[in-house]
Formats: sequence, C-alpha cells, structure tokens
Amino acid sequence: MGAPSRGGALLQVQRFLGSRGGHLAFYVFKRVLWLVPVLFFVILVTFVLAHAAPGGPWDRNGGRELSDAVRKAKDIKYGLDKPFWEQFVIYVGNVIHFDFGTSLQSEGIDVKDRIFTGWKYTAQIGLLAFLFIVPVGIGTGVIAALRQNTWVDYVVLALSTAGAAVPNFVVGFFLVILLAIIPYKFTGGNFALPVSGPPADDAWFGIDIHYLMPVLTLAFLPIAYIGRLTRSSTLETLRQDYVRTAWAKGLPERKVVIGHVLKNSLIPVVTALGPLFAILVTGSVVVESVFQIPGVGKMFIDSIGARDYPVILGLVIQFALIVAIANLIVDILYVVIDPRIRLE
Amino acid sequence: MAVAVAGAGAPAAIDWEVPEQVGLWSDAWRRFRRNKVAVIGLCLVGILVLDAIASALLSTTGHYLWADPFKQDVNNIFAGSSAAHPFGQDELGRDVFARVLKGAEISMQIGLLTQLIILVIGGLVGLTAGYFGGWVDNLLMRFTDVMYAFPDLLFIIVVVAAMGRSLLSIFVAISVVNWVNLARLIRGQVLQLREKEFVEGARASGSTPLKIILKHLLPNSLGPIIVSLTFGIPQAIFLEAVLSYLGAGLPPPTPSWGVMTHDGYDAISADPVLVIFPAIAIAITMLSFTFIGDGLRDALDPRMRK
Repeated sequence: MGAPSRGGALLQVQRFLGSRGGHLAFYVFKRVLWLVPVLFFVILVTFVLAHAAPGGPWDRNGGRELSDAVRKAKDIKYGLDKPFWEQFVIYVGNVIHFDFGTSLQSEGIDVKDRIFTGWKYTAQIGLLAFLFIVPVGIGTGVIAALRQNTWVDYVVLALSTAGAAVPNFVVGFFLVILLAIIPYKFTGGNFALPVSGPPADDAWFGIDIHYLMPVLTLAFLPIAYIGRLTRSSTLETLRQDYVRTAWAKGLPERKVVIGHVLKNSLIPVVTALGPLFAILVTGSVVVESVFQIPGVGKMFIDSIGARDYPVILGLVIQFALIVAIANLIVDILYVVIDPRIRLE
Repeated sequence: MAVAVAGAGAPAAIDWEVPEQVGLWSDAWRRFRRNKVAVIGLCLVGILVLDAIASALLSTTGHYLWADPFKQDVNNIFAGSSAAHPFGQDELGRDVFARVLKGAEISMQIGLLTQLIILVIGGLVGLTAGYFGGWVDNLLMRFTDVMYAFPDLLFIIVVVAAMGRSLLSIFVAISVVNWVNLARLIRGQVLQLREKEFVEGARASGSTPLKIILKHLLPNSLGPIIVSLTFGIPQAIFLEAVLSYLGAGLPPPTPSWGVMTHDGYDAISADPVLVIFPAIAIAITMLSFTFIGDGLRDALDPRMRK
C-alpha cells in the first residue's frame, strides 16, 4: 500500500478544525482576540477615572508645594499639558509598542521596571499561598465530605464559614496580635514574629519567616472557598451510581476515593482556580498594606494616592491580563479534563 | 389520607385528611426557623439595625446613644476600660464604644442601600436582557466581560478616587461594580422560566410582556434574587471597611469601622485593643449576614421543599 493520500492543505485545515483539538485551538484564538477590545475598554475607563480624580501628580501633601512654573514644566515634559483625548491616543499607541511610560512619582523610572520589582514580592507570597491553598483546601473538603455529619465535618464547615465571612485584613490583625504583640509582651520583648517589611537578602529563595503572616492571611479566605466547594462537589459525587458500584465491587476506600470520586469531584474545583487568581490579586492589595510589603498591591494603593497615572494604568493592565489569562487557562483545562464539555 | 370509622354500625364516613395549605413564604420561614445559626444571625442583625436607626434618629436631635463619638479627650489617650468608657479611649481620647455603636449606622447604610440600588439597576437590565434579548442582552454580556477583567476592589478604589472620598461615591462605586452579577443571575433565571408552560400559557391567553414579567417571571425568580442580595450585604460592608482601612475610603474622623481599623492599626503597638473592637464588629456583622444568607438559600431552594 502506498502512503495514504494526504489531501490538500485546505482539506487538512478543515479536518483539523473539525477535530476536538481544532475546536479548542479556534476557541483559544477567539478568546485571545476578544481580549483586545476588553483591554481597550479597561484602559479607557481607568484613564478617564484616574485623570478625573481631583488633584494631580505634582501635589505635595504636607510638604512644600511646587511653584506654577515647575508644574508647567513637568506637565510639558510628561505630555500632561496636551488635550485629554490626545494624551489617551498617545498612551494607547505607546502601549501597543509595550511602552508604559515612566513613573511620575519616582521620576525617570520605567513603569515596567517598577512593576517588575513589585512582582518579586507579590509573586513569592502569591505562589506560597497558592501552594498552601490547593492541598489544604481540597484535603479538608474531601475529608469533611467523607466524614459527613461527624465532628470533623462540623469543624471544617465552621472554619470555612468563618473564613469566607471574616475579611482578610481582620485576619491579618488577629495574626499580628497573636503571633507578634502577645509573644512580645509575654517574653518581655525577647521574642516576636516579625510583622512587616521584605525578607532578609540572605533568605532561602527570598523566603523567610517574614512571609508567614502574609501568606496565612492571604490563604485564609481561598482555603475556605476551595474547601467548601470541594466538600459539596465530593458529596454530590459520592451519591453517584458508579461510586456505589465501586464500593460494591469491594474496592478499598483509597481506590474508590482516588480513582472514582476525586476524578470527577475535582472538576468544579478546577474552574474555581480562575476566580482564585482574582481573589489573590485583590488579596495582595490588602495583605501588602497590612504587612507593609513593597509588592504590586501596595504599589497600586500608593500610586492611586500619588496620582501616578502611568503606574496606575500599567498595574491595571497587567492585573486584567493576569485575570483573563488565568480564566482562559482554566477554561481550557476544563475542556481537556471533562470530555462532556463542548465548546460554543 | 385516612379513613376514619365513626362508630360501629353507623355508615362509615370518609374523612379526607386535607394537608394543611402551606404557602411559599410560610414554608420558607418554617425551614429558616429550624436553622438555629441563621436565627442567631437574624437576631444579631436586628440589634445592629436597631442600633443604626436609633443612633441616626438621635443624632438629628443632637443626642447620642452612648456618648459623643467625636469628642476628643487628649489627657486620656489610650485609656483602658472604665465605667464611662467600657471599650476604653482611642489615640485622641475618643470613646471607642460610642464610635463602634455609631459605626453600625454607616455599615448598615452601605450594606442595605447599595443592595437597593443594585436591585433596581440589575433587575431592570436582567429582566430586559433575559426576556427580550437583543441589544440590551448583548450590551450586558459585553459589559460583564470588561467587568470580569477588572478585579472588583481595584475598580472600586479607582472610582472612589475619581469621585472623591465620600459616602456617596462609595455607594456609587459598589453599586456600579456589583449590579452586573445580579443582572446576570436574573437574566439566567428569566431565560430558564421563559420557556416554561405557564409562561407560554400566559402569553397564549394574551398577557402583555410587562404583565408576564411582573406576575410570572419576577415572583418565580425571587428566591435566588433574595439570596444573592443577602450575600451582597456583607460584601458591600466589607468593601467599605477595606476601602476605609486602606485609606482610600471614608476620610477620618468618620466613625466607620473601616476608618477605626485604619487608625487602630496605626496605633497597634501602643494599644492593640483599639483595632480589635471595630474588627470584631465587622466580623460579627459579616458572619451574621452570611448565616442569614445560608439559611435563606436552604429555605428558599425549591428542591428542599417538603
């Protein structure tokens, strides 16, 4: 037999698009393309709102105010003297070329560089929290479901309700009081966990005890969220016929749980990982303010206060991108792990 | 049904036992009452609402529920608990108990009024988008795409910065961000209900769209709407508190729990207790509303009806 007829290139493309992988590729392409108008509107809204805020980047709260001549010179230097829409068009044009301008607060520093330095801290804390959230959240959820209506279940439920309802900055305060202030007072100032500041330079991968409280604070709500979700979806799966069959076959609990229950009950949990990124981004703003960490979250609050337009816009764009990409990855994962899901 | 034999010899009288008529609301209330945690939450919220109303009414006549929450007493800063000041005094000598009591007023306003605005905007858009589809539906979905790309807290911070730090701008910011979720929920409900037989029947018998929406679609999707709004209350209270904590919300010396945590945390090494009272107040309020929300969800879920 000769080689199978390969058909024209067009036929191959058609065949590819007809296959499941092709559908997926087309879907991803559509989603990525759709990001462009969404990002444009995010930039537009932020640009209008940031510039509408009273005051400007040259105000010196409490300090000596700059003279009008200096303000004018700075406006001209950074193009703030131009009409509003012209500034917007110039900004969007620059963004297309990956030029996000320079900070108005720390003058001369490229916004990309500033954001990058901030990410060093935010990413470490976020990653540590993530590595903590996923196993603890899923683990407690599964255990609670397997031991439904026992004290284990009640403890997990109570903790996850509290975790979902008590705001993260309040959790932070209690950690500071419990782990820093109370030990400090009781040991006469000899021992207390450090509360604020970046970690020491010689720390292992930059990770040291400074991160304990921020990571716990950041992880509290997501653990509760993932735990509750895992519990309810596991309970749902445990009631399915095929699980009963697995038990009836005499499979050991470990095999039933891992092979039959978890495989299906974790599907909804995977979709929750997308919102989890948004929660972590929002959480970083709060946690970094509570613990005085110079990450992107604190940078956002500071640059809003300082009316540092390029930094505000740069941060918003990258937050939006992260959330969108996380959601896209989760949607793809969802399709890959669950063959029942069809793409529109 | 039960067959009762009324005396020997007499013709058997059949006594059809009619089940007690149970309406949606009394049935839901019965199930809600059985959930003890939810009832506790409801009681706590009742106390908070009374506190908020009382302090709002009293402040119009120049009186206070406990003491003047603004009066400074610089000779007694960081004073501990006493009979006159059960929660002590803060960094300016103000009475912490009075400020916590007054703080409920702002939190309740934020929690309840934002949900009212969200109900009006989200309801109108959601019903229109779900029933008629068309450009309203398209616009809603596109708007959602943009909003989902923008983490809530960050967007609210930007809006409040643009409008100035006041109660009004916090109302607007929270409502602008959160109506989308309710509109999407109602849209989904309406899409589901629209094809049901009773709606088709109403349409066939000549009901106008407005009548169908008001008499059939809205009452039938009321359960999820109420639950969503109830969970929206602690969310809004949280947003105000965290905004004020970050220094991006209400300006000092407003006696809001968020502002109090901001000032208290600054003074945490001088007096760690200062941050605890407003923090506990926020936590209890949010927990209470969450309990009520959980209770309502179980009570209003039609699959749980007896």
